[in-house]
Amino acid sequence: MNDAVKKHIMRGLEKGVRADGRKLIEMRDISIETGASKNAEGSARVKIGDSEVIAGVKLAVESPFGDTSDQGNLMVNAELLPLSSSRFEVGPPSIEGILLARVIDRGIREAHAIDVKKLCIKQGDKVWSVSVDICTINDDGNLLDASALAAMAAIKDAVYPEYDMETNSVNYSKKTTKKLPLAKEPVQVTVHKIGTHLLIDPLPEEQELAEAQLTIATLANGEICALQKTGKAPFSLVEIEKMLSVSGTQSAELRKLL
Amino acid sequence: MSAIVHKRGAYTARLDGRKNDQMRPIEAKVGVIKNADGSAYFKIGGTAAYAAVYGPRELHPKFMQNPKTGILRCYYNMMPFSGAGERVRPGGNRRSKELSHVITQSIEPVVDLTPYPNAVVDVFIELTETDAGSRCAGICAASMALAHAGIEMKDMPAAIAVGKIGDQVVVDLTGDEEHFEGGATDIAVSVLPLTGDITLLQMDGEITAQELVKALAMAQEAAKKIYKIQTKALKDHYKSEARQ
Repeated sequence: MNDAVKKHIMRGLEKGVRADGRKLIEMRDISIETGASKNAEGSARVKIGDSEVIAGVKLAVESPFGDTSDQGNLMVNAELLPLSSSRFEVGPPSIEGILLARVIDRGIREAHAIDVKKLCIKQGDKVWSVSVDICTINDDGNLLDASALAAMAAIKDAVYPEYDMETNSVNYSKKTTKKLPLAKEPVQVTVHKIGTHLLIDPLPEEQELAEAQLTIATLANGEICALQKTGKAPFSLVEIEKMLSVSGTQSAELRKLL
Repeated sequence: MSAIVHKRGAYTARLDGRKNDQMRPIEAKVGVIKNADGSAYFKIGGTAAYAAVYGPRELHPKFMQNPKTGILRCYYNMMPFSGAGERVRPGGNRRSKELSHVITQSIEPVVDLTPYPNAVVDVFIELTETDAGSRCAGICAASMALAHAGIEMKDMPAAIAVGKIGDQVVVDLTGDEEHFEGGATDIAVSVLPLTGDITLLQMDGEITAQELVKALAMAQEAAKKIYKIQTKALKDHYKSEARQ
């Protein structure tokens, strides 16, 4: 990024205004459309400004892992598709892509959004395996929060396909009306730090300037269920408190859209 | 050696009620991905493809560069949740590599990249949902995206699946039709609508020579209709841009 752009953004932040006229703590317009991909058991398209992602849920019947024989499996994966930005390349996932997937995975799987015990069909033998895949369509900043929102919306949209226990076969063309066992509904908000400023929903230039960010997943009761700090700059305790307060109010707003 | 006798069942009416030469509903748009130099969305029935063009841009690694012309690279990919059955593992497989290759070759004859020596034009095709004919939908989206990117083209490839179900020669097979118990032949065809030339031809199944010629003629007719939809989408886009 050239220095003039950087100076321009920094001068704006000093005055409390962003490159696109927003305040520091202000999201762009958000839309959520469920049922975005008909073959998925559940899916959602999320747009935040010009950023766009699609998340889809696929279910399969598998054997459980040895140490969790009474639990189903949940996996969250994200792909930074080269279709969505000239920055993303073909090939194995970049560290950026892995971080995105891991942070969202933490916010959903580790936050126990799905009651994995209820995914058990027959202990030690057959369990449902839930795969949530997030694919980016256009990157105009804040893919992190867009992806997390899409993943939750897709999970909420998902229904089981028909399963025949005797033949152990899943009939993907026949969907039931049974929803996934949702235990908690985490909503993620990432707060970015540029200099001494804290802001949310960054544009790509702001994202590049940010020295650190904290992704906070919050439950409906306001409790925090997952955290991830990325970036080089340290946070003071005062900053973390401010970030938590921002994520508290913003996640409540996002939750209304789900 | 024993000959395999293939008995075909009767296919009297199409499963979704279409006429034999009737395609599923088509939706086409360009300018759907802002970051891309050109982009398009092409949906036919339950098969939907995005295509994004990046370039001409410098090609790395350098030894792959051609000092006489730019090169075209198309990538075909199914989103993990886009298939009718189980999840498709991300990261590509033999099928997606082959399709990327044949799609590139089906479009190469119409683009002139000689003004861009040492450069590459990348076309990324992503399927969000599929119900047969995904490589064809990918080609339709890719050619629209290339036109939208302003790449010089002497025609705009339009692709469609044709084939034989039971004893009927039909256009635009669905997944259910491909699995018709009485036997189904699936032919993926890419046509240059202005000349009628064929740039992609792949077939699974059995068919007589006469029926094949009939099927290809149907593909040519269908391609003309697709071409109209493609060019209309491009024109509509520029009209709406001009208004803004």
